[in-house]
Amino acid sequence: MSLDDCLSLDKVTVAYRGRTALDAVTMAVPHGGQVAIVGPNGAGKSTLFKALVGLLPLSGGRIELRDRDPGAQAEPIAYVPQREEIDWSFPVTVGDVVMMGRYGRLGWLRRPQAADREFVAGCLDELGMADLAGRPVGDLSGGQQQRVFLARALAQEPHVLLLDEPFTGVDVSAKEALLDILERLRRRGITVLVSTHDMQTASQRFELVALLNGRLIAYGPPPDVFTPEHIGTAFGGHALFLEGMVVIDECCPGDAADGPGLHGHGMDEP
Amino acid sequence: MIRWLTEPFALEFMQRALVASLIVGVVCSVLGCFVVLRAMAFLGDALAHAVLPGVAIAYLLGASLLAGALVAALVVAAGIGLFSRRGAVKEDTAIGILFAAALALGVVLISTVRSYATDLTHILFGNVLGVSAGDLWLTGALAVGVLATVLLLYKEFLLASFDPVLAHTLGRRPELLRFVMLMLLALTVVVSLQTVGVGLVAAMLVTPAATAYLLTRRLSSMMVLAAVIGASSSVTGLYVSYYLDVASGAAVVLTATAAFLVAFLGAPGRGVLARRAAERRAA
Repeated sequence: MSLDDCLSLDKVTVAYRGRTALDAVTMAVPHGGQVAIVGPNGAGKSTLFKALVGLLPLSGGRIELRDRDPGAQAEPIAYVPQREEIDWSFPVTVGDVVMMGRYGRLGWLRRPQAADREFVAGCLDELGMADLAGRPVGDLSGGQQQRVFLARALAQEPHVLLLDEPFTGVDVSAKEALLDILERLRRRGITVLVSTHDMQTASQRFELVALLNGRLIAYGPPPDVFTPEHIGTAFGGHALFLEGMVVIDECCPGDAADGPGLHGHGMDEP
Repeated sequence: MIRWLTEPFALEFMQRALVASLIVGVVCSVLGCFVVLRAMAFLGDALAHAVLPGVAIAYLLGASLLAGALVAALVVAAGIGLFSRRGAVKEDTAIGILFAAALALGVVLISTVRSYATDLTHILFGNVLGVSAGDLWLTGALAVGVLATVLLLYKEFLLASFDPVLAHTLGRRPELLRFVMLMLLALTVVVSLQTVGVGLVAAMLVTPAATAYLLTRRLSSMMVLAAVIGASSSVTGLYVSYYLDVASGAAVVLTATAAFLVAFLGAPGRGVLARRAAERRAA
């Protein structure tokens, strides 16, 4: 692990239900780096995130995290789950949800203090949601719900932020808003990992891309990763090469209910 | 009118019935908020039936029925927790098996006694008029314990109910919190045994909380409103029971159900009528 790396994975292997979901993944992410994790469904993108936050035990390998300020961090990695994993009809307000990000710093029985409330207000303000603090989360749009969870992750004061499929199920303006926020996080030096099946966004808006399918197929700047050879390896028979364009025949997770069909997720064609 | 309101509570046993009903109304409704939000209604019902053998054994030994119920409820709560953690069968299957077996065991034990039918009825449907002063103290102490735990662990329960994944990453041990919740549920069932009985306690856990869910948008206000609905259903149910001369536990439950139906139809935002109106506006 070099001095500039924030997070390094060494032959990380995760197996559950008798299946190897991640096979000896080795990669290092620099401080403040932003990485898009792409790969077909079931490639192990969510598994990787869950292993990083300790939800799934490693069956092999090592995850190393270097704090710039050792010991100062209560929980250095914040994880923003996919939107469909949350029950949005639950009776909580936006402010309540963001406050949950502070719970790790509070003891088991301690109530949030004035300083915590101030911090939460700051996080909401940063994401332009200050006036929504008292609203129930169920009333918000998909993009707003996403930003509430992002604000909650920021309230954890993390070094590393993991976003699981943040571009799924939100409209174009919400996606742009999210990319703007990521740009601001870059300036604050927060390391960000984003899993996505949106390869166009990955190639155009991220400095580093990791192509995953059980194992790490390629990792580096987008032009080095998105070669026909790598994509062919990752997507196998689902990738179709047509005169300088790649079309991938695969359903995205959000469309799973529609059953298998022909959806183009190409680099030129969204 | 005042005489009409005070007359039922001139007698001491009616006063005790009132206090017991109020305690049950409040405790069940507050804990019921988590039961509703975490979809644990079936579990609550199962736990209620599972205390039957404990009650029966205590009865046969001449020991305190509440103490017997308490032991049985804690054993079964621990058993369900173990069963579902092992994952050999799905949790609702495990609950279904335990619940029916415990009920059958309870009936078998009670049927060895001659006054079988009356005793069973009291345990199944409650006998709030027979609450002794000692029972009342025990009920009150258990209720205070349950409410204090909910208050102390409020933010932990909120987090583990809304987002168990975050609870886990923040080191909040959601499985431990779930076990504590099961224990609280067991204690609540015991508290409710004499007022609404084994058969109806699930209704007191679920109905006032579900009514409050329709009317509020925040857990803290949902709990307060549920407690108010639970308490007023208890009092109203007792009056109904006194003046119409019907079983008190059932009267309390039906009052709570009536409140739920009103909210189900008329609640702003989530009620049937409000949804219809919103659809019409959209169309």
